[in-house]
Amino acid sequence: MKKDIKKELEKRILVLDGAMGTMIQRYKLEEEDFRGERFKDHSLPLKGNNDLLSITRPDIIKDIHREYYEAGADIAETNTFSSTTIAQADYELDEQTVYDLNFESAKIAREVADVFTTKNPDKPRFVAGSIGPTNRTASLSPDVNDPGYRAINFDQLKEAYKHQAQALLDGGVDIFLIETIFDTLNAKAALFAVYELMDEVGQDVPVMVSGTITDASGRTLSGQTTEAFLVSVSHFPLLSVGLNCALGARQLRPYLQTLDKKADYLVSAHPNAGLPNEFGEYDETPEQMQEQIKEFLDEGLINIIGGCCGTTPGHIKAIAEVSAQYQPRPLQKLAEV
Amino acid sequence: MSNIHHLPPLKLSGLEPLVITPETNFVNVGERTNVTGSRKFLRLIKEENYEEALSVALDQVRGGAQIIDVNMDEGMLDGEKAMVKFLNLMASEPEIARIPVMIDSSKWEIIEAGLKCVQGKPVVNSISLKAGEEEFIRQAKKVKMYGAAVIVMAFDEKGQADSYDRRIEICKRSYDILVNVVKFPPQDIIFDPNIFPVATGIEEHNNNAVDFFRATKWIKENLPGAKVSGGVSNVSFSFRGNNAVREAMHSAFLYHGIKHGMDMGIVNPSMLEVYEEIPKDLLERVEDVLLNRRDDATERLLSFAETFVGAEKSKVADEEWRKGTVEERLSHALVKGIVDYIDADTEEARLKYDRPIEVIEGPLMSGMNIVGDLFGSGKMFLPQVVKSARVMKKSVAYLTPYIEAEKSEGTKTNGKVLMATVKGDVHDIGKNIVGVVLGCNNYEVVDMGVMVPCEKILETAKAENVDVIGLSGLITPSLDEMVYVAKEMERGGFEVPLLIGGATTSRVHTAVKIEQHYKKGQAVHVLDASRSVTVVESLLSKERKGVFVEDIRQEYQKLRDYHEKKHGQKEFLSIEDARANKFPIEWKAEDIAKPKFLGTKVFEEYPLAELVDYIDWTPFFQTWELAGKFPKILEDEVVGVEAKKLYDDAQKLLKRIVGEKWLTANAVIGIWPANAEGDDIVLFTDESRKTKLETLHSLRQQTKKAATASNIALADYVAPRETGLEDYVGAFAVTAGVGIEKWIKKFEEDHDDYNSILLKALADRLAEAFAERMHERVRKEFWGYEPNEDLSNDELIKEKYRGIRPAPGYPACPDHTEKPTIFKLLNADKASITLTESLAMMPAASVSGLYFAHPESKYFGLGKITKDQVEDYAKRKGMSIEQVERWMSPNLGY
Repeated sequence: MKKDIKKELEKRILVLDGAMGTMIQRYKLEEEDFRGERFKDHSLPLKGNNDLLSITRPDIIKDIHREYYEAGADIAETNTFSSTTIAQADYELDEQTVYDLNFESAKIAREVADVFTTKNPDKPRFVAGSIGPTNRTASLSPDVNDPGYRAINFDQLKEAYKHQAQALLDGGVDIFLIETIFDTLNAKAALFAVYELMDEVGQDVPVMVSGTITDASGRTLSGQTTEAFLVSVSHFPLLSVGLNCALGARQLRPYLQTLDKKADYLVSAHPNAGLPNEFGEYDETPEQMQEQIKEFLDEGLINIIGGCCGTTPGHIKAIAEVSAQYQPRPLQKLAEV
Repeated sequence: MSNIHHLPPLKLSGLEPLVITPETNFVNVGERTNVTGSRKFLRLIKEENYEEALSVALDQVRGGAQIIDVNMDEGMLDGEKAMVKFLNLMASEPEIARIPVMIDSSKWEIIEAGLKCVQGKPVVNSISLKAGEEEFIRQAKKVKMYGAAVIVMAFDEKGQADSYDRRIEICKRSYDILVNVVKFPPQDIIFDPNIFPVATGIEEHNNNAVDFFRATKWIKENLPGAKVSGGVSNVSFSFRGNNAVREAMHSAFLYHGIKHGMDMGIVNPSMLEVYEEIPKDLLERVEDVLLNRRDDATERLLSFAETFVGAEKSKVADEEWRKGTVEERLSHALVKGIVDYIDADTEEARLKYDRPIEVIEGPLMSGMNIVGDLFGSGKMFLPQVVKSARVMKKSVAYLTPYIEAEKSEGTKTNGKVLMATVKGDVHDIGKNIVGVVLGCNNYEVVDMGVMVPCEKILETAKAENVDVIGLSGLITPSLDEMVYVAKEMERGGFEVPLLIGGATTSRVHTAVKIEQHYKKGQAVHVLDASRSVTVVESLLSKERKGVFVEDIRQEYQKLRDYHEKKHGQKEFLSIEDARANKFPIEWKAEDIAKPKFLGTKVFEEYPLAELVDYIDWTPFFQTWELAGKFPKILEDEVVGVEAKKLYDDAQKLLKRIVGEKWLTANAVIGIWPANAEGDDIVLFTDESRKTKLETLHSLRQQTKKAATASNIALADYVAPRETGLEDYVGAFAVTAGVGIEKWIKKFEEDHDDYNSILLKALADRLAEAFAERMHERVRKEFWGYEPNEDLSNDELIKEKYRGIRPAPGYPACPDHTEKPTIFKLLNADKASITLTESLAMMPAASVSGLYFAHPESKYFGLGKITKDQVEDYAKRKGMSIEQVERWMSPNLGY
């Protein structure tokens, strides 16, 4: 029996898991691990293409999901951040492979989630299909000398996203999570794809949207303010809108406050473990992060909370512990007029 | 139909959001980026001159467009391709991309191609039932999935709606399908009920505008959430070529459209006359046509239009606005800055409203909001705003006794701002302007005046519980005083923002010297009055303050880092090496003129009329934040009209000042035997040159120069003792501000900031003109080395004469502490000019300085100096190094 995530969200703050990449790094994997049997003859090096591990080392991905659920996560994200035909084109992996990445990743997470739900039906676990931004931007030119040029267009993005969403759905995800949005036009293509798919299959899947504020000016990479971003994705009945990555919890706070005030949706956040240090590592401890997230909770900003780059099961445990003590942000009947 | 109030507002976005609430008066849609409406834009697109095409878009944004309409419907163009290309390019220009786009096409393919390019929430213009319900639904669903609002044309299978009934029938049907079938958010639906030409000579067209107005009203009342828009220029189609009539028609149409509920419109702002300024006879005929008031309306307008060139704007129309409601009249008076009827209108409003306070909260505030918006969007200029404030103040003053009698609470303001010119400084024009602008934007301003000591500022800030403290100053020592205030605020546990403004202040100084001393709050430099509102608003906004302050902090940190680096890079000469590279003058007796008199001369009550022709007007306009050179500024495309009005007002006041002797101008000049000794200039009591009278100290440039350039000090312009030549130096102090207080007080009692600021600005100009005139007389008569000089005022302004008159506190001689010496030499108090403890001159409208007569002397900037010179200078002046460093802080290169 499947639990309704919306019902759960009325009752409590749900916890999203932490970083996948940070955990994979701990296994110190080599080229062979990424290739496995299936890609042993692939023409390009595959080391670093983490999404592939869902096929070649499913044991590791399962373990990671298990660790996060054990730490108290309610929602695990599939290992599919880069599983679009666009992002995988760099590795020259074909459409079928990309479908399999999504399908297998969803299946693995589903299995682990169901084990936990069966053990404790009062705390149902959910699987969110992670839909990343791809490595192209639809509203920015990569060529400074030709500002009108675009390396990708809306239709190409929409096709790739639809293909990914279909495979995730087939693999059994409960939610779509369109995340780390640095260009709102990419996200609009993803939303278009997801809703077109839902219309075609006649199924209603909750959608979470999470943008990325890239600098202290409070704007996305493509230049929108938090509120403009919110207005630009508000044409669909989203489950939640939120922010993740790029900044630590402390820097994220003002923008979450904007969402809290203006959004007609539930609000999510999964910040990084602070800002990267001079070696590019995230070194905020679980305790430090817990303390900052407590501030969000004190202000009642949050419905769904988790971690992004640099966070570990330790962080998620600390976050889960503190958020269990708080009521979720009430959904305003209407954002301010 | 009351559920309209429960619908969210229409929200659009570019890089920033645009939220259209019922309070939003009217949204301007820029129309020049439309190939069907602009031949120039079409040509640019055809020629693929996208760079200039983008500048058309930018002009729209800067001209106040809140949404930008883009249309590429032209037979010879690949519309889809052009739309995509142009939208992509617009996205790369943040200033344009800031506002939402309106994707305008009659072809769905072009619209859809456009929708795929914009990350924000645009408006589609348009879809309709023209091709039937099925197509309408398909397109509407797509629009919704792309995340756009939509304009729906009143058009169906049978054709375009051309009557009131057809308009409401089609709009109702479209609305029902959109809301019930497509589930389109009602607030995102915008109807275009067709603006058709009037006065075409075809009788069926006579009611076109009326039908539009009535349909607009019906839509707003019966279709909850829906908005109304339209392309306004259509209405005047029959009058192509007669812009005066067209402009009048557009504004009259908008005036009535907005009254009927029109929310937005595609308008060319440059083709709009101000409604109130339409000549009465023209307006009457235009409105007869628009409102279909008489059968011969078209003929009358046509025949009138033939004779109407539009150039001369009839005076009669000026009083037309008196016919409006009292609210309209108050608003007009505020926007136009007309005080003539304000007491009567205020009284009428007071009687009409239940409580006097409601007059302020209602019509007055809404009028001032219009003023604030116009100023904020660059459609009004500072002099106009100050005039508006005068009207506001007068009206409030009229109401105050009634409000107090009622013992009600005051109105709620946006916040309380304390303003003060710091201790030792007497300059307050800029501060007053900022006060007026803030006042216009509904901030309560506590103005403490000039020469306010730190303790007083902090005491008042506490007692009045202000939200912001603003410090102003013009002379260099004020910078230190500001640093001191910042430190004291930190010590006193203040947290309110600290604004820094005034001519000597700068972003760099605030970043490097002030900000870090006030950690509990935030110090922010404000460049001019027009920025003050946004800064205060951001600082007092709960949502925006965090980001704003964070941005400022980062910016200031960057400035500090940069400043630090720059310091390291500049190369300096030691003072010895700089002296070795002094300004080379080959000293010859014939270059030195023997003055016609020695000692001092006092001029009391100098005739002001003589000074008027010597006024340099360009800085006068700068005071009012109008940029441009006089007299060209009077013809300037952007500010010309207001500059002209301001200039006329100034001339009028100047006439009274001169004619009625409001101000007294005094001067003292002096010339003494002098010789340079190193970097000092020694003045002697008489020609025997045995007894030292005073020593003037000059500072020498120390930055490393190109091979041929010198390191100049003022002393270089005076013959050194060892040349054996007998040289001279002069000094002057002039004022045109004696007696000004009385008039300022009178204006202020009359709540007339405009004239008060105008008077001060004119007094400043007269003082400068006086300095110019005295210098001329010194050259021609008193020193007399150029008896035949005959220069125009323009040539004087360009400094085409022989010799210079550098003033302490200015670039060649930044050290204010030379002033006491000059004042002592001149006995300047004989001319009623004194110095404050910070060495500012009183009255503020005063100028003092030195005269150098050598043909090769020229103005220069000292620039930065290093510690060795500071030590040397301190020794020469008998001051401590710390004292010199304090006075010279902006010039220290270490």
